[in-house]
Amino acid sequence: MSKIALILLKTLTWICCLIPLAILVQGSITNNLGPDPTAQIEFATGHTALNLLVISLAITPLRQLWSRLSWLIKFRRLFGLFAIFYASIHLLAYVGLYAYFDPHTILDDIAKRRFITVGVAAWLLLVPLAITSTTGWIRRLGGKRWNQLHKLVYIAVCLGLLHYWWQVKSGVLTPLWITLIMAALFLARPILTWWKKQKGRTAQAA
Amino acid sequence: GKLQTVKSPLTTTGEELTSFQDITHYNNFYEFGVNKSDPAQNAGALPTRPWAIKISGLVKTPKTFDIDDLLKLRPLEDRTYRFRCVEAWSMVIPWVGYSFSELIKQVEPLSSAKYVEFTSYFNAKIEKWWPESTIQWPYKEGLRMDEAMNPLTLLTLGLYDDVLPNQDGAPVRIIVPWKYGFKSAKSIVGIKFVDKQPATTWNDMAANEYGFYSNVNPNVDHPRWSQKTERVIGKPFYAQRRNTLLFNGYGDFVASMYNGMDLRKYY
Repeated sequence: MSKIALILLKTLTWICCLIPLAILVQGSITNNLGPDPTAQIEFATGHTALNLLVISLAITPLRQLWSRLSWLIKFRRLFGLFAIFYASIHLLAYVGLYAYFDPHTILDDIAKRRFITVGVAAWLLLVPLAITSTTGWIRRLGGKRWNQLHKLVYIAVCLGLLHYWWQVKSGVLTPLWITLIMAALFLARPILTWWKKQKGRTAQAA
Repeated sequence: GKLQTVKSPLTTTGEELTSFQDITHYNNFYEFGVNKSDPAQNAGALPTRPWAIKISGLVKTPKTFDIDDLLKLRPLEDRTYRFRCVEAWSMVIPWVGYSFSELIKQVEPLSSAKYVEFTSYFNAKIEKWWPESTIQWPYKEGLRMDEAMNPLTLLTLGLYDDVLPNQDGAPVRIIVPWKYGFKSAKSIVGIKFVDKQPATTWNDMAANEYGFYSNVNPNVDHPRWSQKTERVIGKPFYAQRRNTLLFNGYGDFVASMYNGMDLRKYY
């Protein structure tokens, strides 16, 4: 991929990733976030964070499937960082609009309400990944250790989905689609690795 | 068309009404989809005429009432009530109707009748969105006899001086203003008087979250959130919070029905 194409595509990615935030900011200014703006801010930021995690986790399987798409790796950090960005607004919105900045309420919620416990845990797991996302940190940790550390994203995603399931009412199936997509992406990795090995073997045999 | 209404002494005064737009575009009516905006889009399919409510069970004179009979049975009152959802949001809604007790009198319940069971309309071909949840349809709700007879319990036929929009439970529903919204069954086709506490939809789904009584109570948390405060629908996000009132502020009318009951146990 040419340098100009890469810059253009990165700019486009930035714009796309900022659209959900722009909608919320514009809606807050014009009081146009629907009947329940607090809930809308909370839902939109959480949903965007999960969607961005899906996209960032889709990159490796896509590269494994089509080697022509290997340049996608240049976008993974961007999606990951935007995911934690939205997760942070999500957390901040909870702290401000639900707990009213009251530390007692926050600690009480974390201790008593399991969907909040796992939500906060998921965010905490994303923090070291964001910090070590720079090239400098990759060098300092070494590729292997860095890769191991960043496997934490799988746990964070599982906790994020659990947070979603435990938040909706019993019997409501809204989180089903994103859960199925996430499960497919999780399974894609070992399956694709195995498939590549098989292909390698047949190539050798021939 | 517009409904002729009279003022009611039981109306709530001094509170800003939620807009018609918000009352009709922020609904929980899972037969028409699980998102708040779904019922406004999908409930047009609900066939509200002809419509009949069958009243049965422990009564002297079981009867079926046509919707036109119900509209003519008593003068229609303009009754504004606070509406508090178990999800911690609230509205102020100008309903139209009359006390449910007026309808109860028509069928003369037996002394053995201790509870009332409401059944909502359900047709899987029309309410095609029902598979978005694992709820067992039709929707069922219930009240204790004294709760049903309380003058605040409203047989609701309209809103904002007009007939009920489909997404708000047309053509006839119940409104129990001191209880969380899900207790107020929509689009009612059956009313049955029974001697035992009936099974009710959300209580069946998760009894620890939705008690049979479900009186609005800031001191009893929902397992997943506090009920101390609520988000007022239609306000900007920084001005939405307000404190929730015990019995949604209707304690003077209803608290005596629960004398001696532990409201933490019977939540």
